[in-house]
Formats: sequence, C-alpha cells, structure tokens
Amino acid sequence: MDFQELIASSFEALGLNKTRTALATLGIIIGIAAVITLISLGQASQKAVESQIQALGSNLLTVISGSFRPGDFRSASGTATTLTLEDAKSILSSGKVTGVKNVSAEIQRREAATAGRKSANTAVVGVLPSYKAVRNVTMESGVFISESDNASLAKVAVLGPTTASDLFGDTASAAGKSIRINKISFTVIGVTQSKGGAGFGGNQDDTILIPLSTAQKQLFGVTYVGSVSIEVADAKQMDAVRDQIGYLLISRHKISDPANADFTIFSQQDVLSTISQVTGTFTALLSGIAAISLLVGGIGIMNIMLVTVVERTREIGLRKALGATKRAVVSQFLIESVILTIAGGLLGMILGTVLSFVISKLINLPFVLNLGSIALAIGVSGGIGILFGWYPARKAANLQPIEALRYE
Amino acid sequence: MISVSRLSKIYRTDGSETLALDDVSFKVGKGEFVAIMGPSGSGKSTLMHILGALDTPTSGTYTLDGEEISKLTDDELAKIRNQKIGFVFQSYNLLPRTSALKNVMLPMVYAGIPKEKRREVAEKFLKDVGLGDRINHLSNQLSGGQQQRVAIARALVMDPSIILADEPTGNLASAQSEEIMAIFQKLHKDGRTILMITHEPEIAKYAKRTIRLRDGKIVN
Repeated sequence: MDFQELIASSFEALGLNKTRTALATLGIIIGIAAVITLISLGQASQKAVESQIQALGSNLLTVISGSFRPGDFRSASGTATTLTLEDAKSILSSGKVTGVKNVSAEIQRREAATAGRKSANTAVVGVLPSYKAVRNVTMESGVFISESDNASLAKVAVLGPTTASDLFGDTASAAGKSIRINKISFTVIGVTQSKGGAGFGGNQDDTILIPLSTAQKQLFGVTYVGSVSIEVADAKQMDAVRDQIGYLLISRHKISDPANADFTIFSQQDVLSTISQVTGTFTALLSGIAAISLLVGGIGIMNIMLVTVVERTREIGLRKALGATKRAVVSQFLIESVILTIAGGLLGMILGTVLSFVISKLINLPFVLNLGSIALAIGVSGGIGILFGWYPARKAANLQPIEALRYE
Repeated sequence: MISVSRLSKIYRTDGSETLALDDVSFKVGKGEFVAIMGPSGSGKSTLMHILGALDTPTSGTYTLDGEEISKLTDDELAKIRNQKIGFVFQSYNLLPRTSALKNVMLPMVYAGIPKEKRREVAEKFLKDVGLGDRINHLSNQLSGGQQQRVAIARALVMDPSIILADEPTGNLASAQSEEIMAIFQKLHKDGRTILMITHEPEIAKYAKRTIRLRDGKIVN
C-alpha cells in the first residue's frame, strides 16, 4: 500500500463532502489561530515593556514613597507624602552615598491640557533639569527645562511627541506656543524625541514635563515629591548604591526599624522581571484557554471521523474484501484526520499571524512572529489528528468484512 | 484446488445457536465452473463467505491451493483475499464517484504493485470486458451491466485462483444478465475456476456442475 496513493485517496474522500470537511477543520483553525495570536501578542507586549524600560536607562534606581512588598500593601505605593526634594538633594550630596551620577525628583499627576480648542488628558510631570540625563531624554526641537526655569518657577513646558501632535497636530510647530493646564498658561519650550513602545505601564511619549518647583507650588500645591530617580555611574554598583540610599533615607526619616521604611527603592531590573512575570503568566493563561478550543476542535474532528466511518462501512468492507489489511484501513483513516487537522493548523497559522499583525499594529505593539510557536501549532495539530483520529480508524479497521458488506 | 472437508458453521446470538453449515464436504478442481444453489437460509451465503476467506468455519477444514485457510489470522486472510480470490458481488460494490480505472486498480494498490503497472493491467482487463472506452467514467455514470463488468475486471486483475460470484446477475435485467454470463463462460473457457451462487436455475445452467444446499447440508 503506497503512501502517495493513500494521501491521494484521502484528499478525494475529503473532497466528497466539502462543507463537512470545512466545518470540521474550522475548529482546528480557530484553536491554532487563537494560540498563535495570544502567544505572539504576549511576547510582543513583553518586548514592548522591556524596550520601554531599557529606554529609561538600565542604571536607573527609583525611590518612591510608601512601602511595597509582594503580598504586603501597607500603604498604596506612591501616594504617601514622605519623600521630599531635600531627600533627593541629600542623595547626591551626602558622603554616605557613592557612585551616584545624577539625581532627579519628580511629581506626576494626570491633568487635562488644552491648546486652543484641542485638549489632551495626559500625565503632567514636575521634573528637575537632571531628569533629561537620568531618563535619557533627547530633544526633537527646542530646549529642556533649565535650572533658572526651576528656580524662577517658570511656566514652561516640554511636550512628549504624542502630546504635541494631540495638541498641535504635529511635533514641529509646538515650540513657542502656549498651552493651559488647570487654567494656568504654560509656554512650550521644546518637544522630546519619541521613545517608542507603549501599551503597558504608561506611554513615555504622552507626557508634559514642567519644572518641579512650578508643579509643586503653582499647579499641585504640595511640598513633597512622588519619586526620586537616581542614575548610578556603574551598573555593577547598583546593589551597593541601593543599600546606601536606603540607609541614608532611613536615618533622614528617623526610622529605627528598616522593616518600617516609608519608601521603596527599585531598579529597572526589578520592574522588568516583575512585569515579565505578570505578562508571562497572563500569556500562559490565555494560551491555556486557547488550547481548550484546540481540544474542542479535536473532538469535532473525532466526531466527524466517526460519522465518516459509519457512512463508509460498505466501502471499508469492500476494501477489506479486496485485500486491505487492518493497517491499511487504519492508515487511510488516520491520514484523513491528519490531513484535516494539518490543513486546519496551516490555515489557523496564517489567520493567527494576520490577526496578531493587525492587533499589534492597532494597539501599537511590536509585531513578534515566533517560529517556535508556529512549528508547535503544526506539530500539535498533526498530533491532534493522530490522537482523535485513532479511535475512529481502529473502529473502521476492526469492522468484519462480511458485516460491513451487508451494511445498508 | 478447493477442498472442503466436514465444514460446519454455528452462529451464536443471544444464547441461541444457528447451524448455518452442517458437515459440508466437497472438492472443486482447477478450471471448473460450479454453481451453488439453494433457497434462502440454506447456508449458501455462509459457504460463500468461508470460501471467500471473509469468515472462518466453526469446525472442519478449507484448503485452497494446498493452503489451509481455516486457521489464518485476519491479516493473512486479507492477503488470501487479495491474491487468490476474485469477488463479484450482486450489488457490484464499486467505490462510488470513483472512475472505473481506479476501481479496477484497487486490489493492486493493496498488493503494492507500482502505479504504472497497475494502470496498464487495469486498462487491459477493462478492454477485455468491453469497457475500453469508458475507463475514466465514474462508477455512478455506468449502467448496472457496465458496473458489473467493471467488478469482473476488478476480480481478475490479481489473477486469482478462484472467482467467487455471489448472485452476479441478481440486480440485472435479462439482456444484461446474458452479457455477464457470456463473460463468465469466456472466463471458464480460458481455464479459470469459477464458483457462482445463484437461486435462478437459468443462470445455474451456465455452470458445468451444481452443488445444492438445503438447511446447511449438501443435497445432491
């Protein structure tokens, strides 16, 4: 019994009832497409988060007020008001902390900004001039906030490219124009270059940067800062610097027990691994759900194959009468179900790839095509064909030729 | 050629036993054309199934070409059916929506004969039964008589030791029946061994010898 003949006759048999063949395949198409789409979107979002965090600088330590440990929310992080500008300055100036290159302090809130009739609800961040160096900000046009801007409480703003185009239509014409935040007028002095990447954890391109002093005194009316960013000179010293800053702040805040610290220090690496873990779990969960639809598709294939075996009882009897061995009959039906599932797998792969491309474009994620998951999808669909085709094929092969020939 | 000795077949269903064949013995020599006759329920279909290696007897022996068939496994039986027996059924049993050529090639597919050879042999036998111009017709586009001729060609391609025909004219009008019987006569003249089941005396007349069955026993 040659293989080529088997495959050719399987295609013929499947072609006899095209609607049924298509419907049987649909379950597998949907399952495979769902798995591929979810895996690729999961990886894309992970990649987006990684590149976004890399863009912030890998030598970055961040101090936020409030303590946060996994499973222990004493006070929501970032909402406590214990961190001050003096803390930030002491980190740079204190002899107890070495290896710090730059320190910036920020305070951030979401505000509505308007320019003429256009408005944008965006993150308004009060920053120090050192923010530019600490966060690897480069300017597309204009200048960044200067020391004198900060000292004089200047009402100047640097826009992220997304905010600039939202308010002014494009990024080039924004500099020199004025915007209003919370009824206060600000002059736009520059637009930052796009950092790309978005999706999770806030878009760095969709911000308005203003001097910290202006933000504290004019806009928000507060004396504390939300976070302090520290650029460490040498990435190898991250852990040492983190400890030094911790001790400094504990003594400044007069805390006796380090367990009661009212601030949290984390590196970009911490954030990266936490987010990777979250997106990984999420991707696995969604893929699991998609895998269930694959299973249902497989059961659909088994169902169709069982119906086919009953319908073709006479044909099976005839084939056995003409000399088909059990093996030949099993092969014939297995090949039919494997063709169904692999065809479903291939179509599902195309559909899944197109879907993940379209979705990643829509939600502005990088498009990640994972060859491994495609190979897996084809392998899995073939495996499903064998797994769920086996029982119907055995059933066909075990038919007694006389009974089968008599069957009407 | 065929030797059947003390053959019995008992069907057991739900505790009751039916004796379909009761101590049947006979021999068929090479080149014979034998009709097996009997009313329905006489056991002739059971005998046909055993002779066709589609079923095994409860007791007794069946020897074909010196080989004991009664004790073979399923796959060995499949090989016997493929190589030594050519079936012609009452209802033709062609694959639906499949060309005459492909139908005739089917036994050779299971025998593992290469594709070119399959085609060549199938075409030759289709020509022999007068269907040389219809090899690519689908089975359902052919008349009953033509379908039965395709079935005869299919029975011949493996050059079997015996041809087993089960009511080969049972579904045909008389004109077509005669055509089919003419083919069987020609096969007989060519020296082939033919066993034919029929309940029609006119058809049985074509055979040179008749075995009559009644209640599972030979009553000649």
